[in-house]
Amino acid sequence: MSEKTITLEIKRQTEQGGKSQFETFKIPYRENMNVISALMEIRRNPVDANGNETTAVSWEASCLEEVCGACSMVINGKPRQACSALIDQLEQPIRLEPMNTFPVVRDLVVDRRRMFDSLKRVKAWIPIDGTYDLGPGPRMPEPKRQWAYELSKCMTCGVCLQACPNVNSKSEFIGPAALSQVRLFNAHPTGEMHKAERLETIMDGDGGLTNCGNSQNCVQACPKGIPLTTSIAALNRDTTLQAFKNFFGSDQV
Amino acid sequence: MSTNREFFYRKLHSLLGVIPLGAFLVVHFMINYQAVNGPEAYNQAAGFMEKLPFLLVLEFVMIYIPILFHGIYGLYIAFQAKHNTSTYSYFRNWMFRLQRWTGVITIIFVAWHVWDTRIAKALGAEVNYDMVANIVANPIALTLYIISIIAASFHLANGLWSFAVTWGITVSPRSQVIATYVTMGIFLAMSFVGVRAILAFV
Repeated sequence: MSEKTITLEIKRQTEQGGKSQFETFKIPYRENMNVISALMEIRRNPVDANGNETTAVSWEASCLEEVCGACSMVINGKPRQACSALIDQLEQPIRLEPMNTFPVVRDLVVDRRRMFDSLKRVKAWIPIDGTYDLGPGPRMPEPKRQWAYELSKCMTCGVCLQACPNVNSKSEFIGPAALSQVRLFNAHPTGEMHKAERLETIMDGDGGLTNCGNSQNCVQACPKGIPLTTSIAALNRDTTLQAFKNFFGSDQV
Repeated sequence: MSTNREFFYRKLHSLLGVIPLGAFLVVHFMINYQAVNGPEAYNQAAGFMEKLPFLLVLEFVMIYIPILFHGIYGLYIAFQAKHNTSTYSYFRNWMFRLQRWTGVITIIFVAWHVWDTRIAKALGAEVNYDMVANIVANPIALTLYIISIIAASFHLANGLWSFAVTWGITVSPRSQVIATYVTMGIFLAMSFVGVRAILAFV
């Protein structure tokens, strides 16, 4: 049996803001490997393609079934999850880079804090706490629940922000992920009670909804197939109406 | 209420691109097209516009101020983008890039065009068929005019597409696809009218 190998080129960086360089690794081929198991093989034996000892590559992973978003990285030029990137389906050498839209902590580990801050900013939750029992909320019709489920698949992985030409160091754009969550929580019968507040959040400050330039890369890149651009257009309609209500006045808060 | 006006500026930028600037461009191209019927027809059409009452007020309110705002704020928007069509060579991403390129081409052209025609008029030159014919007698100027006419046509047509998204008119993917066909039709029609008109001055 011939010794089949897998070649990986990995962008290494030891510290935040530090210099980066590519390192090549050759690891033995096994069947059904994904990028994560290839990285685990490097961790087991951190020796580069020239036989020099090096440090183990840092990366993040959690669920290993493409629902947590932690292992997102740029694989052969496109951002995606390492767990669902199967070696047999990738062209070699496999090039792994961190998602450089975010601060790179080390090697392939990035800091996606801005995404979680955005979710807090837009209040991407259903407020149910009160000083008294609020009772059961209104029911959600089943077809609407199914529709909303598609939007709820977002795992805050950051792929849409990486793909967006308007998310970069020159712009404060909040990005598609958190915007689509505004649409999701505004559609919920209880969440709807805070609709105007969420809309005003994305109309306020720099980098809100209007920073979208409609390149529509996000909807192409999203690993969960979330209709991000439809969400943005729907929010454009909602915020337009909200702006008219705010200016001309309305009894519908 | 918020003190930050970005939402307002962006929406204003989108609106001004269509009203009045889009409407102005269509009227401008239609007047130019009169040149196809000869210098007399063109001079008559241009003369009609020149004789409108309150011309200077109209020009400032409907053209100069909107162009300055749309152009300068547009440059700020254009240079905020970090283009990535090499990684994501999708149709819409290319349109995003072309929208910014054609905008920059158009604003540079407009600066030169205003200098050559309106400032020249203010300094005593007469705006008529011969003025334009003299400009485009130079093949380099003619080429720049044709490129800019096509760029402005694209910028308006594709701008109508994003206007429909920005104001929440076309929300569904299907409506956005149909809007693409319609606006690209507008692009071809405007380019035809604009280019045929300028060639009538040669």
